[in-house]
Amino acid sequence: MSNPSPDPVLEAEDLECIRGDRVLFRSLSFRVEAGTILLVEGPNGSGKTSLLRMACGLSQPSTGAIRWRGENLRRGADRFYSELSYVGHSPGIKADLTPIENLRFDQSLAGGRADLCDILNRMGLGRFMDTPCRFLSAGQRRRVALARLQACPATVWILDEPFTAIDHEGVADLTRVMAEHARSGGLLLLTTHQAVDFDSCEVQTLRLGQ
Amino acid sequence: MEPSTLTALWALMRRDLTLAYRHRSELLNPLLFFVIVVSLFPLGISPEAKTLQTVAPGVVWVAALLANLLSLDLMFRTDFEDGTLERFLLSPHPLPLLVLAKTAAHWIVVALPMIVFAPVLGQLMFLRPDAYWALLATLILGTPVLSLIGGIGMGLTVGLRRGGVLLSLLILPLYVPVLIFGATAVDAAGAGLDVSGHLSFLGALLLLAITLAPLATSAALRVSLS
Repeated sequence: MSNPSPDPVLEAEDLECIRGDRVLFRSLSFRVEAGTILLVEGPNGSGKTSLLRMACGLSQPSTGAIRWRGENLRRGADRFYSELSYVGHSPGIKADLTPIENLRFDQSLAGGRADLCDILNRMGLGRFMDTPCRFLSAGQRRRVALARLQACPATVWILDEPFTAIDHEGVADLTRVMAEHARSGGLLLLTTHQAVDFDSCEVQTLRLGQ
Repeated sequence: MEPSTLTALWALMRRDLTLAYRHRSELLNPLLFFVIVVSLFPLGISPEAKTLQTVAPGVVWVAALLANLLSLDLMFRTDFEDGTLERFLLSPHPLPLLVLAKTAAHWIVVALPMIVFAPVLGQLMFLRPDAYWALLATLILGTPVLSLIGGIGMGLTVGLRRGGVLLSLLILPLYVPVLIFGATAVDAAGAGLDVSGHLSFLGALLLLAITLAPLATSAALRVSLS
């Protein structure tokens, strides 16, 4: 596609999600622009994860459309995927590989040349760089998964409960990283049950299950 | 900075081989199964060279096929469970190529050791001397087809908790042509007949599987993960 790429905007229009015979949400629309954080809130089972999976094209909404840079994800999402980092419920790391091997693989899959030792040190995993992930705690594994955000450059970050099992200090560090990402023109979609403070960033809130 | 697809494929294959190496004991299972099944036949039927000779091609091929079927779980199951499979779907690279790289790693890990061991088992089964090269040739052409077709079934059943039986039902009918051409070629070569026809057919099946199976597997994975 040679036309000048339109603004990085993730739009959802009139989404509907049905699980079994239950409607989780209906006629849901949102629009996330560069520099904005969209916080998806709602009680358990209100469809937060389903919404995020739809937003990254893993599942298709029963009605409605999701557009990235004005292009419907249903019709080829390769361009979107080269600008997306997604960290889902399961961390997506290999338990038998060390953190550094995991991240190195991520970089060859998604691109990025950032210094991995540096990133792991900043994530507080410096001492565990060469320990297979199966010997790490749940929180440490989540940190490895989230280190990917810094290892592979992407415009859109879609994060499902990123703070699960992470300590207070880690949450503070991560919110700082996220706010920085938003300030430098990135987009964020995330769900969380914790009260987090993204200082001075534009935060939209979407409440599900009402 | 767009990552090149070739780098990604190579990295994926290397990752799968590294993981396989770290699970060596698990890997030995298909090979052990292959060896044990074949070595039971002389005990169960008769140790007589003449009897074994007639069934040898079929026995070795059936054992290879079943060992392959048992090993299919290795292909996508753990990636599905730890969430890495989702990441392949969300990568900018074409999913069929990623599937092809994974299948290649699976073949190297599961089928290659069996091919190396096949002549020893041929010896055990009194395979006719003329048939050895045909056994190797058919296994080299046929086992990748098995892995490629198996990938489709695995893609369809990876989301199910007990997909084992369903997987066999889905896949075994598709394995049959490979089995027929593989075993009869070895048989014919043992009898001193020309087997170029059989080998050409297996080669054609391989080309067909390489081009179409990864597409089907990708579609199946997308359905399983949505």
